[in-house]
Amino acid sequence: METEKKLMDEDGNRLDGRKWNQLRPIRLEVGVVKNADGSAHIEWGKNKITAAVYGPKEVHPKHQVLPDRALLRSRYHMAPFSVDERKNPAPSRREIEISKVIREALEPAVVVEDYPRTAIEVWVEVLQSDGGSRVAGITAASLALADAGINMRDLVVGCSCGLLGEHVVADLDDTEDKEGNGDMPVAIMPTKGLVTLLQVDGIYTRENFQKAFELAIEKGKEVYAMQREALTKRFFSSDLTSGPIEEEAA
Amino acid sequence: MSMKKNYVVETIRKAQMMDMLEKGKRLDGRALDEPRKLTIETGIIQKANGSARVSLGNSQVIAGVKIATGVPFPDTPDKGLLVVNAEILPLASPYAEPGPPSEEAIELARVVDRGIRESEMVDLTKLCLVEGKSVVTTFVDCNIMNVDGNLFDATSYAVVAALRTSKMKKYKVEGDKAVSTDEVVPVPIERTPISVTMARLGGAVIVDPDAEEEAMMDMRITITTDDDGNICASQKGEASTISPELVLKAADTSIQVGRAIRSQMVEATR
Repeated sequence: METEKKLMDEDGNRLDGRKWNQLRPIRLEVGVVKNADGSAHIEWGKNKITAAVYGPKEVHPKHQVLPDRALLRSRYHMAPFSVDERKNPAPSRREIEISKVIREALEPAVVVEDYPRTAIEVWVEVLQSDGGSRVAGITAASLALADAGINMRDLVVGCSCGLLGEHVVADLDDTEDKEGNGDMPVAIMPTKGLVTLLQVDGIYTRENFQKAFELAIEKGKEVYAMQREALTKRFFSSDLTSGPIEEEAA
Repeated sequence: MSMKKNYVVETIRKAQMMDMLEKGKRLDGRALDEPRKLTIETGIIQKANGSARVSLGNSQVIAGVKIATGVPFPDTPDKGLLVVNAEILPLASPYAEPGPPSEEAIELARVVDRGIRESEMVDLTKLCLVEGKSVVTTFVDCNIMNVDGNLFDATSYAVVAALRTSKMKKYKVEGDKAVSTDEVVPVPIERTPISVTMARLGGAVIVDPDAEEEAMMDMRITITTDDDGNICASQKGEASTISPELVLKAADTSIQVGRAIRSQMVEATR
């Protein structure tokens, strides 16, 4: 298969030198937007995504108020300069759908019943996009929710797996996403072991479907360790007044 | 405006429904993994290249295919265009309203499109006329005529039925231009993807939820399979969780239930 050869060599090395089950480098930082109640920035491969949380706050317009729980709002938005060809800044159908699935991926982890008649807003801005921006966005957004001090049952962490030819691989980058044979973004609540987002495209045999799905969960748990570390740094660093964490010491 | 949240189910019906589900039964007498009656009519719109009216229980969808020529996307210069769209008409439900498409309508159209596209149902390379310049464009537009739950599957079946029975003009290439001939050929169909949607209510997982069941579900998952039992698309819905075991079980159910629906589809669109 031509694509397969191009995206993965005989020794199983991918274009950027990763093995089939290796993640791209990930860097997380919590508390990056001063005005927000909570925020986080993620750099995952070439993805650069900032998420901010405002709330719980008053609901506008009023008729959207939920009497028994908080209204969770989310917007996933890509900056016009985040992709190769300038993207029209107006929300596309893809962004509207992703905003919906991100909200549905986060909401099970948020104790919305603790904040009746309020709104909690989650804004996810993709400054530069590589493959897997929705799972990176979810990973940052759940950190932002935690940073805002919102009651949560668990963090939410995502990872995408996919197919290069017939090979299941973890964490597709942009090229692999476009030229590969399938993409499967998965988000989980890692300590509960429950899935909150699942989307699939590509042609998977039943075996490959299970392999990719289980790999996504396993890799998600690796990213979860980094999420915990980022939160610990934010709240338990030696100098608590220093605000956002500066560059990591080598 | 969310269709699901507005649908009111009487408390007594709710109690009855949950009670029966515990015993493995449903209000309308179906088994948990039994879809509603599916009827497929094709060729109902003469001006379309292909069309279908599909009823899944009381959910009804009309799909129409319009085929023309156009310019390919720059990143796929050797492939024709296939675009699936869906609109929930204001006449289809007391809760539907005119105006720009809601989040739900956009998700519906995109999930249906994904199943058709990712299964490689239509061989898009055969729709390329002059590479980078001219390709066949296939638009499938779906009108939701009546809402009674599980629009994902009803719409998907309508698209599959309409595409399978679509005819288009044969084009010939003259120099750099594609010109149509009088010859009529079918659209190049390679596979028959079948989408199966499941919902979780309480502890039970049911296939093909109707509107009443959808109003009470806490989780929805749609899985599309192809003729060889491969999984080609999926989407989990609703703000809730699903266990990894249930995802794999749902995949098996989708393969199994999809098989029977596929035979009916192939039979009805021969």
